[in-house]
Amino acid sequence: MAADQGLAPTRSSSYLSTRPKARLALLLSVPLLWLVVMYLGSIVVMLVSAFWTVDSFTGAVVQTFTLDNIVRLFTDPLYGTVALRTILVAVGVTLIDVVIAVPMALFISKVASPRARVALLVAVTTPLWASYLVKAYAWRILLAPNGPLAFVTGGNTPGYGLPATVITLAYLWLPYMIIPVYAGFDRVSDSLVEASFDLGAGAWRTVRSITLPLVFPAIAAGSIFTFSLTLGDYIAVGIVGGKTQLLANLIYGQLVTANNQPFAAALSLIPLAAIILYLFAMRRTGALENV
Amino acid sequence: MTEFRTSRRAKPSESAPDGVDRASRFSMAHAAEKTSDATPQISLRGLRKTFGAVTAVDGVDLDVYDGEFFAMLGPSGSGKTTVLRIIAGFETPTSGSVFLDGADATGLPSYRRDVNTVFQDYALFPHMTVAKNIEYGLVVDKVPKSERVRRLGEALEMVRLGGFGDRRPTQLSGGQRQRVALARALVKRPKVLLLDEPLGALDLKLREQMQLELKAIQRDVGITFVFVTHDQDEALTLCDRLAVFNDGRIEQLGPAQEVYEFPATAFVAGFVGSSNFIGPHVAREVLGIAGSFAVRPEKVAIMPRGKTVVIGAPRVDGVVRDVVYAGAVTRIIVDGPAGLTLSSTVLNTAGELDVSIRRGTQVTLSWPAAALRRISD
Repeated sequence: MAADQGLAPTRSSSYLSTRPKARLALLLSVPLLWLVVMYLGSIVVMLVSAFWTVDSFTGAVVQTFTLDNIVRLFTDPLYGTVALRTILVAVGVTLIDVVIAVPMALFISKVASPRARVALLVAVTTPLWASYLVKAYAWRILLAPNGPLAFVTGGNTPGYGLPATVITLAYLWLPYMIIPVYAGFDRVSDSLVEASFDLGAGAWRTVRSITLPLVFPAIAAGSIFTFSLTLGDYIAVGIVGGKTQLLANLIYGQLVTANNQPFAAALSLIPLAAIILYLFAMRRTGALENV
Repeated sequence: MTEFRTSRRAKPSESAPDGVDRASRFSMAHAAEKTSDATPQISLRGLRKTFGAVTAVDGVDLDVYDGEFFAMLGPSGSGKTTVLRIIAGFETPTSGSVFLDGADATGLPSYRRDVNTVFQDYALFPHMTVAKNIEYGLVVDKVPKSERVRRLGEALEMVRLGGFGDRRPTQLSGGQRQRVALARALVKRPKVLLLDEPLGALDLKLREQMQLELKAIQRDVGITFVFVTHDQDEALTLCDRLAVFNDGRIEQLGPAQEVYEFPATAFVAGFVGSSNFIGPHVAREVLGIAGSFAVRPEKVAIMPRGKTVVIGAPRVDGVVRDVVYAGAVTRIIVDGPAGLTLSSTVLNTAGELDVSIRRGTQVTLSWPAAALRRISD
C-alpha cells in the first residue's frame, strides 16, 4: 500500500497508510494552527480591544472594559454617515461590476472562438499582475483636471471625489467578478438553453428562468469579493477620492494619526458586521450552495 | 442478377398479411409512402449545411410520415445530428427547406415549432425538480394550473416515475433522467418527437430495457418519433423506417428489414450489420458472375468438405482460418479461393459447434441464391 503511493515502504509511512485519521491530523495540524491562532486570534484580539480605551495623557492603551467606543459610534453622526456612504459605494461598485461582467463573461464563454476566449481571459486577468498602487495612480492621472479624460471630454470629468472613487474601485475589482461569472456561464451547457427554446420559451423567458438562476451563484460569489474589497479599501480612496472619506480611512486615521487603537477596532466592527450580514443574505438566496 | 431482381420484387411488405406485428409495421410505412396525398409530418428538400469549409449536410431530401418511428443511422460526422438539429430549429440550413406538417418552417425559431427534443445529455434543468422540469413547457405555454397538474401526473405515470416529482435531476440514475427528458418533451403533446442518441449514455442492459419502453411509449402516444443513432442494432430494433447517412448524404432509405436485407451500397452493407464483400474480380473468378456483391454471414452455411450441399446454391471451398466463439453465436472465418475471405455466423443452438470444424479444416460454404445481394460501388 505504501509502495503504491510511491513512498518508500518505511515504518512510519506504513503506519500512516493504515490510519487515515492520523494521516489527516498530520496533514491539517499546521494550516489549522495557522488559521486558529494567527487569523481568528487576531480578529478576537481586535474585537476585545474595541472595548478598551486610551489614556488621554500618555496615549497608552488602558485595558479596562468600557462601552464608550460603541456609544461614540452611535452618537457621533459622522460615523453613521460615513458607514452609510461606504456601504452605498460598495453596493454601487458591485452593481457596476455585475453590469459589466455579465455580458462580458457571456461573450467570453459562449460567443468567442476558442482562441479569442484565451486572449480575452488573459486580458481580463493581466491587470492583476500590476501593482494595485500603479493602477490607482493611473486612474488619478486619467481623471486629473487637465488629464487625458478632461482633454477628450472638454473638461467634463468627475474630477477627484466620490464618483472617481466608485469608478476606480469598480475597475480594480472587475476581474474578481468576471472570472467567477465566466466559470458560471461555462457550467451552463448550451443544450439547457436549447432545451428551453425547444419547450417553447423565447429568449427573454430563457434568460429569466434558466440562464440567470444558474449563473446567479457565480454572480453572488463575485459580489462577495467586490463588496468586501470595497469595504476595506482606503488607498484608492486616498488617491482619487479627494476629500471623500470611507470607513477604512477613518479606521486608518484613528490608528495612525489619532493613535487610538481601541476606537479603530470599534470602527472596524462596522464593515465586519456588514460583511457577515451580506454573507447571510447571500446564503438565504441559496447562492452559496453551489459555489 | 436476375435472382436479385426477383427477390427485390418479392418484398415482404407486399406479400405479408395484415395483422402480424412486423407486417403491419411495414404496410403502414409503405402505405404512407404510396399515398401521395398524405402530407408528410416532416419534409426536407435539398437540405445543405456548411460550417466554414466543412459540409455537414450535403443535399438531403426526406419525408417522414405521421406515426412513424423513424431512425437516422450513420457514423459520427455523417450529418445525421445536424439534420435533427435543423428539424428542431437549432441550426439554420445553408440552403434547402424544412416543411413541418406541410408548412414551410425553414426560418421558424425552435420555440415556434410543434416539435420537441430529447437531448443526448438529457439537458434537464439542474435547478428545478423533476416536476418543475416536466411542467416547464406547460408553464411557458400558460396552460391552466389544474390541467398542468393533471398532465404532469400523466407524464410521470407514463414514464413510471410517479412519486419522483420532488427529486432533483442529480438524485436520479441515468435511466431515470432519460425518462424525465422523455416526459418533459412528450407532456407538450408535440406532433413530432426528436431523439438525439437517446440511449447512448446508458449501459447495455438498461439500453435494451429502454428500447422496449420507448417502443411501447411510441405505440401508446402514436406520434412521429425521429431518432438519431450510430448503433445499427438499436435502429433495427426500434424503427419502422430508417435512413442511412454517410458523408452528409442519405445512402439508403427504407423500412428497416428492407435496408438490412437489400443494402444498396457497400457502405450500407457494411454499416448496417456486417457483410461479406465479393468484389467484381472475385465474383467473376469464383462465382462466374459480373458485379459486386454482399452476403450476410448468418446466411452462409458451413459444412466439412465432401458433405451434401444444397443443389444449385452457390458454393465455395475454403480453409478455416479462425473460429470465434461469441456466446450466442460462433463466427467462422474462412479463406476461400482468389483471396476471398468469407465469414459465417452459426447460432449455438445445440451447445458447441460441430467439433470437426476448427482451424485448418477444409470446408465448403454455401448460401441461398437470393442471399447474394448486388451492391453498387
